[in-house]
Formats: sequence, C-alpha cells, structure tokens
Amino acid sequence: MYSFDFVRPATLDEAVAALAGEEAQALGGGQTLIPTLKQRLASPATLVSLGGIAALKGVSSSGGTLTVGGGTTHGTVAAEAASVYPALAKLAGNIGDPAVRNRGTIGGSLANNDPSACYPSAVLASNATVVTNTREIAADDYFQGLFTTALEPGEIITAVKFPVPQKAAYIKFEQPASRFALVGVFVAKGADGVRVAVTGASEGGVFRWSEAEAALSSNFSAGALDGLSASADGLINDLHGSAAYRAHLIGVLTKRAVAAAG
Amino acid sequence: MVDVTMKVNGKTVTKSVKGNMLMTEFLREELRLTGTHVGCDTSQCGACVIHVNGNAVKACTMFAGECAGAEVTTIEGMANKDGSLNVIQQAFQDHHGLQCGFCTPGMVMSASALLKENPKPSEAEIRHYLEGNICRCTGYHNIVKAILAASGQDVSAIAAE
Repeated sequence: MYSFDFVRPATLDEAVAALAGEEAQALGGGQTLIPTLKQRLASPATLVSLGGIAALKGVSSSGGTLTVGGGTTHGTVAAEAASVYPALAKLAGNIGDPAVRNRGTIGGSLANNDPSACYPSAVLASNATVVTNTREIAADDYFQGLFTTALEPGEIITAVKFPVPQKAAYIKFEQPASRFALVGVFVAKGADGVRVAVTGASEGGVFRWSEAEAALSSNFSAGALDGLSASADGLINDLHGSAAYRAHLIGVLTKRAVAAAG
Repeated sequence: MVDVTMKVNGKTVTKSVKGNMLMTEFLREELRLTGTHVGCDTSQCGACVIHVNGNAVKACTMFAGECAGAEVTTIEGMANKDGSLNVIQQAFQDHHGLQCGFCTPGMVMSASALLKENPKPSEAEIRHYLEGNICRCTGYHNIVKAILAASGQDVSAIAAE
C-alpha cells in the first residue's frame, strides 16, 4: 500500500469537510477498497473512514418503506431487515462470508457499483432511492455503468430507502471462488408493476430486463417467461462463463426468482 | 500518523501508528500478539479472524485506525482465566481439529462467533459458516466435529476420517 493519512470523523459534516481535501477518498467497510489499496490500484492522500459516524448506521421501517443507513453492514441488514423485507435480508446474508458481512456496508457497495455485486440489483428492482448528504437519487438514475454512479466527488450515501414490495426474491448463481454473482436476478412485484434487475451479467453493470418485466406485470408466474430469452449482446464473456451462458442463466434465474417470490 | 486507543483482550493499549497500518500488522508487530496469522492477506483464508466489539472480522482487511475505541479479542484472549484451553480450543485438541495449526486461530475465532449466534448449529450450518476460513490439512472433517463437540452435541453421527 502507498502511504496516506487516515482520519475517522464522528459526524457527517466533518466527513464532508475532510472529503473536500485534495485526493481524499471515503472508506466504507473497506472489503473492496482495502484489497484495491493493497494492489496499489488507488493512491488517496487521505482516507476518510465513515465507520465512526453513528448516524449512518441502522435499519428502520415505517409506512411500507425500509430505510437502511449507508454505513450499515451486510450482517446487520441480514439480521434486522428479515421481518420487513426478507428478500433483501437474504441477499445481504449471502454476500461474501460472515467476517466480510461484519465489515462491508451497503453504502460502500453501491458507491463502488461492482458489476457483479448483489446490492445494486436489489436497489434497482425495488425502485429504491439513494439518499446522499446533498440529495435523493432514484435508482434508475443512480447506476450509470461499470463502477460508475451518479455520485459527485465527495458525495456520501447516507441512506437507502426501499419501498417494500408485495413479493420479491433474489437468486444468485455464485462464482464459486469469489462468491460474487456470476449472474444474479432480483425480481420485485410492487404497486406499480414488476421490476427485474440483473447483476453479474453485463459489461455495463446492473440493468433491468424490460421484456421480462412486461411479461411478469401482466402475469406474475414463471410460465409467463416461457419463450423469452435475454440477449447476449454486451454481456460479460470471461473464463467463468461466456456471454451466451450468462444470457441463458438470466432466463433460468429469473424464473427461479419468480417461483421463490411466490 | 494516527493515535489509536483500544482494548485488546481486556487490556487498554494506545499507540501512534501509520494511517495505512492493518490490524494484522498492529497486533503482530506493535503488540507482538502473533497468534493472529496472515495467510492470504486478501480476505479469503480467514487465518486472521479476530473479534471487534464481539463481531468476527478479518484483521487483514481492516485498518488499526478503525478499531479506535473498540474492544478487540484475539486468539490470545480465548483461553480460560487460569490459562487452560477454553471449551472450543479443547475440542479442537480432543478431536484433532488441526494438523499444521496455521488456520486454527481463525477457525477458533470463527467457531466462537458462530456458537454465540447459534449455540447448537447443525453440521451443515457449521460448514456454511466456515466458508471464509480455509484449512489445507484436515479436509474440515475434524474441525466440524470439534465445533459440534464444543457445542455439546453428539459427534458420533459424523463418520470417522
């Protein structure tokens, strides 16, 4: 690792001020950023830990909306969201391994927007809102491609607001070494129809499969997807799976997710 | 440099360390607590698992500065007060849950976190929980047995290996 200054502010305002500095970088749980620093793929002058800000942590729910603080760990979401939004809790409980889940945060995952991460699919399928220190960003506007988001430099995710769907499920086909999604599909049936978000598959990061959404909005059953196939254009083609294989998995996993959602 | 104060195995320590110092380095080099092992240094093998405020974490993927104000427990803090092995450590010995022993500190720390969360785990639950701890010697068989035994459950159903 290159050397850097490490600061751990106790309030959001102090963190925002620290991030305004030259070459400053926010640190969530560090489960992606620390390995990146070790490989010298990043060289911040100052690392601003968000781990000491109590206001960013916790899960709460009211009026059909589940709010997860940006600094909440996957382990906490798995435990505390289970009664309100079980599909989201289950997703969180299958990220990495137990020790990783005790450090990694939802805000860190979304800010990084790894094309194979689990959380982006939940946020996009749930039509959630990403809340930052300056504004609220709709999920459809937030994800802008591979490791790219609507966040401005220095902007901090303070919370994510999930409208709790009537039915939802996430099915992940794991890349067995990393446990990231080779393909993962999150299906959510809400008041305004069905949304299907796919992670792990596309070179452009998480995306919505609109043909499946249309089919499922008129008939929410696995059978409604018969004859539909996802296009392999723009899908990831690597040693773990070809683009055609990933396209096939999207269809299979979407059916399984619909079946699991009931 | 960053000043950190934390409690490690019940003892308060204060050190001034470089900003990029990992917890593995802090424990091993600053405190000379070398029971926390560095296997892969990439967050995969679990030989460095410690508890921070009661939660199992990988010390190779956490900065010392993140532990400011925290209660940290390492393998050196796991024995009984009189120095004898605790129930999990004793079970690892009784059931030959180690060969070379390199992964053992992390295995014991993860097992302890599991049993706190789930006092009577099934064999499948143990295997699932240990997915972030890698052992190259035992084939996991005797580790699973040891954890079952430590939780007071019958191990005779697990085939001898």
